[in-house]
Amino acid sequence: MHSDSLLFQAFIYLVAAVVSVPIAKRAGLGSVLGYLMAGVIIGPFILGLVGHEEGVMHFAEFGVVMMLFLIGLELKPALLWRMRGPILGLGGLQVLLTTLLITLIGLLFDLVWQNALVIGMTLALSSTAIVLQTLNEKGWMKTGAGESCFSVLLFQDIAVIPMLAVLPLLAVGFTAETISAGQNTNQPGWLNTLKVVAAVAGIIFVGRYVIRHIFRIVADTKLREIFTATALLLVIGIAVLMEAVGLSPALGTFLAGVVLADSEYRHELESNIEPFKGLLLGLFFISVGASIDFNILFASPIMILGLVIGLIAVKFVVLFVLSKFFKMSFNSGMLFAFALAQGGEFAFVLFSFATQNHIISTRLTNPLIVVVALTMLITPLLIIFYERFFESHKPDNVQAEYDDDIEQADNPVLIAGYGRFGQIAGRLLASNGFKTTILDNNASHIEVLRGFGNKVYYGDASRVDLLELAGAKSAKLMIIAIEGREKINELVDIAKKNFPNLRLLVRAENRSHAFELLKLGVSKEDIYRVTFGSSLELGRDALRHLGFNGYRAQRAALMFKKHDEEVITDLYEQYFQDYKGFQSKVITREQELNELFASDLKDAEEHPDEAWE
Amino acid sequence: MNKILVLFAHPAIHKSIVNRRLIRIYREFKNIVFRDLYDIYPDFMIDVDAEQALLLEHDIIIFQHPIYWYSCPPILKQWMDLVLKSGFAYGDSGEALAGKRLLSTISTGKDDTDYATDGVHNHRLRHFLLPFQQTAVFCGMSYLPPFVAFSSGSRFDQIRLGEHLHQYRIILTALSDRQFDWASISSLDYMNSDMQLFNFYQQSIHA
Repeated sequence: MHSDSLLFQAFIYLVAAVVSVPIAKRAGLGSVLGYLMAGVIIGPFILGLVGHEEGVMHFAEFGVVMMLFLIGLELKPALLWRMRGPILGLGGLQVLLTTLLITLIGLLFDLVWQNALVIGMTLALSSTAIVLQTLNEKGWMKTGAGESCFSVLLFQDIAVIPMLAVLPLLAVGFTAETISAGQNTNQPGWLNTLKVVAAVAGIIFVGRYVIRHIFRIVADTKLREIFTATALLLVIGIAVLMEAVGLSPALGTFLAGVVLADSEYRHELESNIEPFKGLLLGLFFISVGASIDFNILFASPIMILGLVIGLIAVKFVVLFVLSKFFKMSFNSGMLFAFALAQGGEFAFVLFSFATQNHIISTRLTNPLIVVVALTMLITPLLIIFYERFFESHKPDNVQAEYDDDIEQADNPVLIAGYGRFGQIAGRLLASNGFKTTILDNNASHIEVLRGFGNKVYYGDASRVDLLELAGAKSAKLMIIAIEGREKINELVDIAKKNFPNLRLLVRAENRSHAFELLKLGVSKEDIYRVTFGSSLELGRDALRHLGFNGYRAQRAALMFKKHDEEVITDLYEQYFQDYKGFQSKVITREQELNELFASDLKDAEEHPDEAWE
Repeated sequence: MNKILVLFAHPAIHKSIVNRRLIRIYREFKNIVFRDLYDIYPDFMIDVDAEQALLLEHDIIIFQHPIYWYSCPPILKQWMDLVLKSGFAYGDSGEALAGKRLLSTISTGKDDTDYATDGVHNHRLRHFLLPFQQTAVFCGMSYLPPFVAFSSGSRFDQIRLGEHLHQYRIILTALSDRQFDWASISSLDYMNSDMQLFNFYQQSIHA
């Protein structure tokens, strides 16, 4: 078999994803189920194209790490601090109650208490990857239920660390040997704690004070791939550091994300990491699907299905009761309970850790791993069930509560390019109380602007993903003030295609560029020639110095402006088709202008009753 | 239905509750065209041709504005100076406006008792509107009794505001009616000084 070759493996995974996900999406099942089914199909039980690839799953778990980094980026520290209640209360109670209940059930099945507790703790955890990916896809992350789900999942991520520490103590008839297996090293506990604190402090310090300078240097190279490499390096570096001190990499990168949520490089980071996250998560879901051992299922289908239903039921009940206790509405509570009622990827980690250290026998864990995988497979179906069953009731929205933190919703103006030109418009808007999101790809520029308290993000505005992250979908206006006609035209084109409802106010380098913009479909009143305004003002003042009364000079300038704008709209098509004809027309129109001003004088002389005489 | 053109002049509409509420009523009428002069001509460069064309299309013209120093805000005066030209509005063959009607819709922060011979302003509000009345007459238009929202400056006078809005809606309904008996209101001081006369239209609104 050439299935050993990396390329062939990649080929199989990609085909599976590309074929199954669009089908699942079209059938309304969501991408997660598509990936999981793809995994089942290419897995050992059906096609056998891939085996039990634990290596692949481990590698793909990095998608979860990246996802938490991205979630962190969207979550400012202040918002996280406000969520501390739900995280500790809701999350803590969920883990505690579910662990207790499952342990009790285990005891009823005549397990020794240590085994029951290991199983209880492990099954209390839910799947961060599946839940968050599904909620994201549905756009429910910002709802009350979505926030609650996230709080619980975050607590579970933290809870894994003490669980890993406690597991060795739960070995039946444990020895000193098994205890030391629980700790990464033979170092005393306080040193470990110190390392953890140092690592977290390091992340915060680097994220707050150092990273900006590194990104600035990298951005100055103007090499996109180096920026991408730096972003990846950041995430992977933190993951490595966290593993070294025995913390969950997902937690570490989440923290880094939160620290960077205020950074000017936030949007650029997001759009760089996003595709990697998506692919790795997909790979992860496929490997979960492929790992389901259907032989165990078919050996004792009734027991396995009973356990699947039992696990979902127990978790559902605990979650729903908690939702009532935390005063969620009925619908939010239902979504919250359905969403988190599965086992999670941490179960694979904890079970394999426990069996390797002889804490629990594989006879117990193997069926349970199948159960967990099956509950993960069922989760998207449960959410679809929720959606169908509670169709008319959308989960209630907490947007109002966190309104000030959700920039996308309340930043009506996007400014691309914050140089001399964009700045004046931007400052005028800001001083009248309008919030603006500014994109600029000059890093040293941004440094200065940030110093003055502006909200400026680094990034190339002509990238659709970046525009979307900056809120182009909900914004009212985009001011295009970047330099260079090619770049401006490109951005106009992209914005018009992807955000047809966004009104564009566009800088034109000169008159011929204005023609090009008209051709691109920008309306004439939305085109601003860079030097036109100031040149007109100069002309007006020159007239005054030549003896015109101030208001007469002003009116002359404004009449000139109006005429000039008319000429541009009248002649722009001819400019492209027949340049000679265009030139002669321009000359005629220029004469018209002379006559206009002359007649203004003449009228006044001939008709004493005319206005202002 | 009579076609009505509203020329609105308020330099700071974001500060005027009564005017914001009054102009919202126009949306209920399909026969009314509303023009906010300060919004359309922020640089005072009034498009004379366009304004004259609009005048020709309408039967009733409404000047809506606050009273500042016993007159209208400057853009309306600029509009009059430039648009009501000889040869169009008056003078040789200047008959474009003949037979049309002009209504002043006025908001004032003062009470009607201030506008009296013994009040702080020494004259009645109608007297300060004489230039508008004579402009109309000079252009061959008839000047309707003005609609005045007195005491509209007080943001706390919600009851009075509600009353004004109610009155204005009824009066606009009446003005829209081609069969309206114009003679019945000719003796009114202010359009809204005797709402009894509009009873018929009051009922049609509630119907």
